[in-house]
Amino acid sequence: MAFLEIDGLRKQFGSVEILKGIDLDLEKGGFLVLVGPSGCGKSTLLNTIAGLETITEGEIRVDGRTINDLHPSKRDIAMVFQSYALYPNMTVAGNIAFGMEMRGVPAQERQKAIDKVAKVLQIGHLLQRKPSQLSGGQRQRVAMGRALVRDPKLFLFDEPLSNLDAKLRVDMRIEIKRLHATTGTTIVYVTHDQIEAMTLATKIAVMRDGEVQQFGTPAEIYNNPTNLFVADFMGSPAMNLIPATIGGNGNALSVVLQREAREPISLPLADAPTGLSAFHSKPIIFGVRPEALTDPEGAERNASNIATADCHIEVVEPAGSDTYAVTNLGGKAVVARLRADANIQPGTSTPLAFNLTKAVFFDPATENRIL
Amino acid sequence: MSVIATPARQSTGGISARTVNRIVIYGLLALFALFYLMPLFVMLVTSFKTMDEIQNGNMLALPQAPTFEPWLKAWGETCVGLTCAGIKGYFWNSIKMVVPAVLISTLLGALNGYVLTKWRFRGHTLVFGLMLFACFIPFQSVLLPMATILGSLGRFGVTLRNATGFSFGLGNPTVNLVFVHVVYGLGFTTLFFRNYYEAFPTELVKAAQVDGASFFQIFRRIMLPNSMPIFVVTVIYQFTNIWNDFLFASAYAGTGDAMPMTVALNNVVNTSTGVVEYNVNMAAAMIAALPTLLVYVVAGRYFVRGLMAGAVKG
Repeated sequence: MAFLEIDGLRKQFGSVEILKGIDLDLEKGGFLVLVGPSGCGKSTLLNTIAGLETITEGEIRVDGRTINDLHPSKRDIAMVFQSYALYPNMTVAGNIAFGMEMRGVPAQERQKAIDKVAKVLQIGHLLQRKPSQLSGGQRQRVAMGRALVRDPKLFLFDEPLSNLDAKLRVDMRIEIKRLHATTGTTIVYVTHDQIEAMTLATKIAVMRDGEVQQFGTPAEIYNNPTNLFVADFMGSPAMNLIPATIGGNGNALSVVLQREAREPISLPLADAPTGLSAFHSKPIIFGVRPEALTDPEGAERNASNIATADCHIEVVEPAGSDTYAVTNLGGKAVVARLRADANIQPGTSTPLAFNLTKAVFFDPATENRIL
Repeated sequence: MSVIATPARQSTGGISARTVNRIVIYGLLALFALFYLMPLFVMLVTSFKTMDEIQNGNMLALPQAPTFEPWLKAWGETCVGLTCAGIKGYFWNSIKMVVPAVLISTLLGALNGYVLTKWRFRGHTLVFGLMLFACFIPFQSVLLPMATILGSLGRFGVTLRNATGFSFGLGNPTVNLVFVHVVYGLGFTTLFFRNYYEAFPTELVKAAQVDGASFFQIFRRIMLPNSMPIFVVTVIYQFTNIWNDFLFASAYAGTGDAMPMTVALNNVVNTSTGVVEYNVNMAAAMIAALPTLLVYVVAGRYFVRGLMAGAVKG
C-alpha cells in the first residue's frame, strides 16, 4: 500500500470540471512532482490534498487514513506557498512557531523546535527579523522552516521557486533535494518548470486539462513519453517531432523524412516497435531528442541502431557546453545537439547521426505513442 | 504624486508666460485658502477676547488682552437650555457615545470585509451590494422607522428589567445612539475593509489554516495586525462622522442628560437670555471641534497612506 493514494479524484467548480479523475500513488519518502502548463489543475490538485479546496468525488489517503473531509490542520501536512505566505506582522521565530502555538505546544518546546529547524536551515541569525527584512532566498528558507517544524507526514510545495532569480533557483533546488535526502520526508511538489520536475522527482505526473497524461519515474517520462504532449513538454530543448512516413518492407521498416529541394532521407529501423508495421506508407510523427541527433563522432558508441544522413545546417548556436545546429526536416526546424568543438558551418551540408534506439513514434491522429 | 514636467521653453516670452501662470495659480490657491481659514481664524481670536473688545473692536483684530475666561466659562459655567453647568457633561456624553460606536462599527466592518473576501459564500456579491446600498440611504428617511424600533427596544428593556433586574442598556439614549451609528456606519466600514482585504494575499489565510488557526484566530492574529492603514482610515472617518452628527443626536437624544456635544452646542448658541456671549459660544464650538482635529493630527499621516493602499498593488 502506497503512502499517499489518490483515487478517482474529481473537482468541479459549478459546471466546469477542473480535475477529471486523478489516480496517483506515492511511496513513503517519495518525491512526487506535478508538472504541466498553467491552468492544468496541478495547483488545484495540491490544494485538495492540503484540504484548502473541497473535492467533488474520489478519495485521498495518507498512510492508509482517508483525509477527504478533514480540516487542513488535521491532515498532518505542511505546505510551502508560492509567495511564501509569511505572516508580515510576526518575526521569523513567530512565523515558524505559529502552528505550534495554535496547537497549544508549550513555549519551551516551541523554542527548542525553532532552534532545531533554524540550525538545519541556517537561519539562526534571522529569527528576530520580520519577513520584510529578508531577501527572497531567506524568505524561502523561513517558509520551508515553517513547514519542517511541524514534522508532518506529507510536505506540499506549491511552485516554491518561481519567485526566485535564476541562480538562486538552482541553489534552492539543490537545497530542497538535499533536504529530501537527509530528512527522508514524503513530498508533493507543483511546478511548471520541467527541469525542476526532472531533477527533483522520484515520480512525475504530467498533467494537462485536469487529467494526468503520464505518471512515472523521470527516466520513464523522458525516454518513453506516452503521447505527443508529454514528449513535447518534457525536456529542454524540446524533443524534435518531425512529420514522417513509414517505408521499407516486411521486417525491415524505415522512417522517411522529407527534405527541402532534395530527395527524402530514409532511415532503416533495426528494432521498430511492433505497432509501427500497421502504419506502413502512412504519416506518423517521428520523435527524436536533440541529444539523439548529433555529429557521427559524438554519437553514442554502444547504441545498436544508428543511422547517418546528410543534413543541411541552417543555423548554428554555440551554447558553451554544447553546440546546437538547426536543420530542416519534414518541414520543421529540427535541433541537433553537437559537441562544443564540432566543426560545423551554417549553410553547409553535414552528416548527422540519428540514434534510432532512442527514437519514438506517434500516431498523428490520436497523438498517442505507437508501441 | 507625479508632477507633470513641462519642457522649458527657449523663447524669453515663454518663460514669463509660465511665471504669470504660476502667479495666477498660487494667487488663487492662496485666496481660497484664506477664504477657507477665515471663519476658523475669527472663531479662534474671538474666543480669546473679552466681550468689551468684541463689541467695540474689529472682528479680525487679534485679541489685545488674550484671556482663557471664555473657554473656562464654556467648559464649566455656560447655560445649555436651562441648566448652567457648562458643556463638559455633554462633551463626555459624546465621548461615551462615539468611542464604542466607532470601535464596534470598525470591528464589525473588518469582520464583514474578512468574510466577504476570504470566506466567500454563495451570494456574497449580493450581500456586499446590499451593504453598499446602506451607504446611500438618506438618513432622513430612516428617522421615523428607527424611532419606532428604538421605542420597541426601550419597551423590551423595561420588560427585561422587570424580569431580571437589568435592562442591558436597552432604552438608554446613549446606547440607542451607539446602535444607530453602528448600523448606519456598517456600510462604509464594510466597504473600506472589503476593498483593503480584496488585495490582501489569500495565501496568508491558507497558510494559517494549514497551521491550524481558527476563523477568529486568523482574523485576530493575521488580518487585524496587518490592517493598520485601513483601520486608521475607518476610525478617522467614523469618528468624524459620528462626532459631528446632529440629526440622529437631536432626534434620539435631543433632550435630557444623554445629549451629545453637537446638540448641546446648538442649545448654547440658542440660549436667549441676556447678551449673546460670542466669545463663549466660539470657545464652546472650538471645544466641540477639537477631538476630530486631534484624531486627524494623531492619525492623519496614516490616513492618506490607507486611502492609497490597494489602489496600487504592492
